[in-house]
Amino acid sequence: MSFVPGQPVTAVVQRIEIQKLRQGENLILGFSIGGGIDQDPGQNPFSEDKTDKGIYVTRITPGGPAEVADLRIGDKIMQVNGWDMTMVTHDQARKKLTKKKEDVVRLLITRKSLEQAVNQSKGKYPRP
Amino acid sequence: IINHRNDIATDKGDRSRDRHKSRSKDSRSEKSVTINTPPAEPLLGDSSVRGEQTQDDNWGETTTAVTGTSEHSLSQEDIVRITKDLEDSVGLNCRLYLTRTIAVILGLLVFLTPLAFLVLPHILWPEKLQSCGTACEGLYISVAFKLLILLLAVWALFFRPARAGLPRVFVFRVLLAVLVLLFVVSYWLFYSVRILDAKDENYQGIVQYAVSLVDALLFIHYLAVVLLELRQLQPCFSVCVTRSTDGTTRHYNLGQLSIQRAALAIIENYYSDFPIHNPALLSASKSRAAKHLAGLKVYNVDGPGNNAAASAGLAQSQSRAMIAAAARRRDTSHNELYYEEVEHEKRVRKRKARLVVAVEEAFTHIKRMQDDEQKKAPGDVMDPREAAQAIFPSMARALQKYLRTTKQQHCHSMESIQQHLAFCITNNMTPKAFLESYLTPGPTLQYNQNHWMARRWTLISEASVTSGLKDGTIFLLKCVDFSLVVRSKKIPYIQMSEEYIDPKSHKFVLRLQSETSV
Repeated sequence: MSFVPGQPVTAVVQRIEIQKLRQGENLILGFSIGGGIDQDPGQNPFSEDKTDKGIYVTRITPGGPAEVADLRIGDKIMQVNGWDMTMVTHDQARKKLTKKKEDVVRLLITRKSLEQAVNQSKGKYPRP
Repeated sequence: IINHRNDIATDKGDRSRDRHKSRSKDSRSEKSVTINTPPAEPLLGDSSVRGEQTQDDNWGETTTAVTGTSEHSLSQEDIVRITKDLEDSVGLNCRLYLTRTIAVILGLLVFLTPLAFLVLPHILWPEKLQSCGTACEGLYISVAFKLLILLLAVWALFFRPARAGLPRVFVFRVLLAVLVLLFVVSYWLFYSVRILDAKDENYQGIVQYAVSLVDALLFIHYLAVVLLELRQLQPCFSVCVTRSTDGTTRHYNLGQLSIQRAALAIIENYYSDFPIHNPALLSASKSRAAKHLAGLKVYNVDGPGNNAAASAGLAQSQSRAMIAAAARRRDTSHNELYYEEVEHEKRVRKRKARLVVAVEEAFTHIKRMQDDEQKKAPGDVMDPREAAQAIFPSMARALQKYLRTTKQQHCHSMESIQQHLAFCITNNMTPKAFLESYLTPGPTLQYNQNHWMARRWTLISEASVTSGLKDGTIFLLKCVDFSLVVRSKKIPYIQMSEEYIDPKSHKFVLRLQSETSV
């Protein structure tokens, strides 16, 4: 998932739809994010490339909406409701996820196992 | 040696029995077949025992041999030192006298020449000479002071006590002497041809000529200072000096010097930097080395060879076989070395602790008398030497034992210890300061200089000793007991560049790693 500046980033992504849960006055999603272009990428334990300043899922609340929707810890969030998450600050990412008017967030996430699965399936079923 | 002889007798009698011989307290019986253990084989180069192999079997049982030291023992070192002292007194002093004579003659020539230039016209043609005007008399003063300065400068540079006698002449000095001689001779030539023969009457010109001579001599003296003193100050080579007996190594920076002058500088540094050479510390490794090959003896089963080439080849194959057998043998001497060293360390520490306590206690028995205690009887008041003698017996035993354990007892005599104690008491030194010179071996200068400083050194070098030091020069400085191996390396040319740091450029940011739950 490392990127070359100036070249488009390609990744195998999975669509995840999370329904926000209402807790009192707040709408929560049930996970924590880390990362951003204003943060230190070397401290990210989940990224393969330590210069990757993307947004990563760092914690999942057990039983929360994110866990129900099959979001996993270590996933990198590429898009939230169509908004790009690969080049945003930490605060911008937080804002895009916690818009009060939206009940549902549709995420595009990528993880290493997805790419491996795609490669394996390519290998097993060679094209005719 | 007496042990070896007894063992030969017992071995030859008891070959059938199991061997439980203990030659010395730290060798064990071998498991493999080891035939008897004679003292060192001729292969090791020890020729002193060749005569014993023709003795009869019972020789060892009926002979007593006197070993060890008697009361008037004289070690090999002492004998060598005595012969060396004899040589020194009848030494080669003629070279010293020759150089001194030449120097004095040259000096007189140099100083008297300007005066002669000034005085000769007055003696030889006084009536034709113009009288000396004001400017000319001013030049007299200038000549006088310049000669005085030259005199002081020559005294400062050349008339210093000779440090050493070097094997070859000092090339720069010879060059300078030749230059001065040529210079003065050429001035005399010009003077005698153009002035004496022509009987020049322009006295001011003559005085100016004399002044120019003195000026030029001062410039030659400047050249001498630069060549003899200044040129070698800039460090150019780094020399590594290793003592051959125990490997003590030091590094020095030297400038561009000839090999003999570099050797002199190194010897002068040796006396103050290297710890004193103690041959007693080397005996342990020598005995270990002797034991390695001592258990093997090679037998020639093919009969004596007559051919010289065959015997040479035989000797080589014998030594190879011994080396191979020694390598295969399971040697436990490393174990012994380790435990021996641990034991020695413990013993030294114990003795040191006892010594420190004894000395501290001894020092508490005396104190400096204050002025207001004059009322004490004269019998109680002691000078430093008596005070030292009074407290010495309480620490003497502990000190003696400690010196024996660290094998330093021959470096310090009772007299020198008492003198040192008196010195420390006089100067208000603490017991720790007193002990420092006994706890660690100091440089050679610290000990009795007549006893320890070798006066004769031999410079062994493949290159000529007046040639300059170069990168990779190796030479040896041999004295009676050991030799110093010197290697020189050139200090590389250093290319330095600068980088400017703006003081305002030191700025820092926090490393952020926040985690937000959504």
